[in-house]
Amino acid sequence: MSDKMAVIGDKDSVFAFKAVGVAVFGASGEGEAKEKIKELVKENYKVIFLTEDLAQKLDGFLERYRSAPYPAVIPVPCGGAGAGFAMESLKRDMERAIGADILFKDKDKK
Amino acid sequence: MTRLNVNPTRQELRRLRERLKTSVRGHKLLKDKTDEMIRQFCILIRENKRLREEVEADLAGALKNFSAAKAVMDERALEEAFLLPAASVTLTCGEKSVMSVAVPDIEVHEETRGNAPYAYASVSSEVDGSVAALAAVLPKLVRLASVEKTCNLLAGEIERTKRRVNALEYVMIPQYEETIRYIVMKLDENERGATTRLMKVKEMLAAERER
Repeated sequence: MSDKMAVIGDKDSVFAFKAVGVAVFGASGEGEAKEKIKELVKENYKVIFLTEDLAQKLDGFLERYRSAPYPAVIPVPCGGAGAGFAMESLKRDMERAIGADILFKDKDKK
Repeated sequence: MTRLNVNPTRQELRRLRERLKTSVRGHKLLKDKTDEMIRQFCILIRENKRLREEVEADLAGALKNFSAAKAVMDERALEEAFLLPAASVTLTCGEKSVMSVAVPDIEVHEETRGNAPYAYASVSSEVDGSVAALAAVLPKLVRLASVEKTCNLLAGEIERTKRRVNALEYVMIPQYEETIRYIVMKLDENERGATTRLMKVKEMLAAERER
């Protein structure tokens, strides 16, 4: 059985994914992206890539998908605003789990 | 620590001792579970970071090429070129269990077609490069997705388990111990009271007989 994956983001950043056979959905604002995500989840998309700027804005909304293995909503860089958000959420996860920062501490020291 | 509001009876004592035993055992098990989960999490989060750095670098390169291509090409022509994907990737999404946390396990199947589905003459060379780069980064991206989701889920589970361990260690177990001590004291006191009462009665009886 094959499962579907999709990319959501502003058209300029995500259009390239079409070339490699990923379903691409354009969304310009956060509201639009939110609707799209709901729709895609209903249509059983398992992996949804979201551009970082949208992921940052929809952080609260994405919380609801966090407790189940699927769908996996993953931020991808898009070169624009919100760069570094994914790393930030990685850091947050880590602090939640171990209570300390074991990955980035060296970088901050420098 | 407050003690539980129970009657100081032998039955209650037996019940509490049983519960204390269960709590101590549960506490040990949960603690072991967190330790193992944290170990796994540390491994995964390192991999997650490495993958993300790689993916971000690769993707940035590919997308930069692509936007350069878009600048020189007509948008409609580009869209037409991409009507058929150059490579298609299908996923098989399963689930596996890491310390009884269900996490995604995604397999990627790539199907690359030898040639690009567009005429080389109609698109600029940057597109070729960026499409190839994207196709190369895609499996990694999917791998990242599954690792990141796993980290996410594990982090939540670790947090939850830790809270339970702490609740057991600092609230439940001391409470049971305190209550058990209280009941034992009370029962002992009752017993002593009964003994002295009996001795007193015996004394009184003896005094009466002598008279």
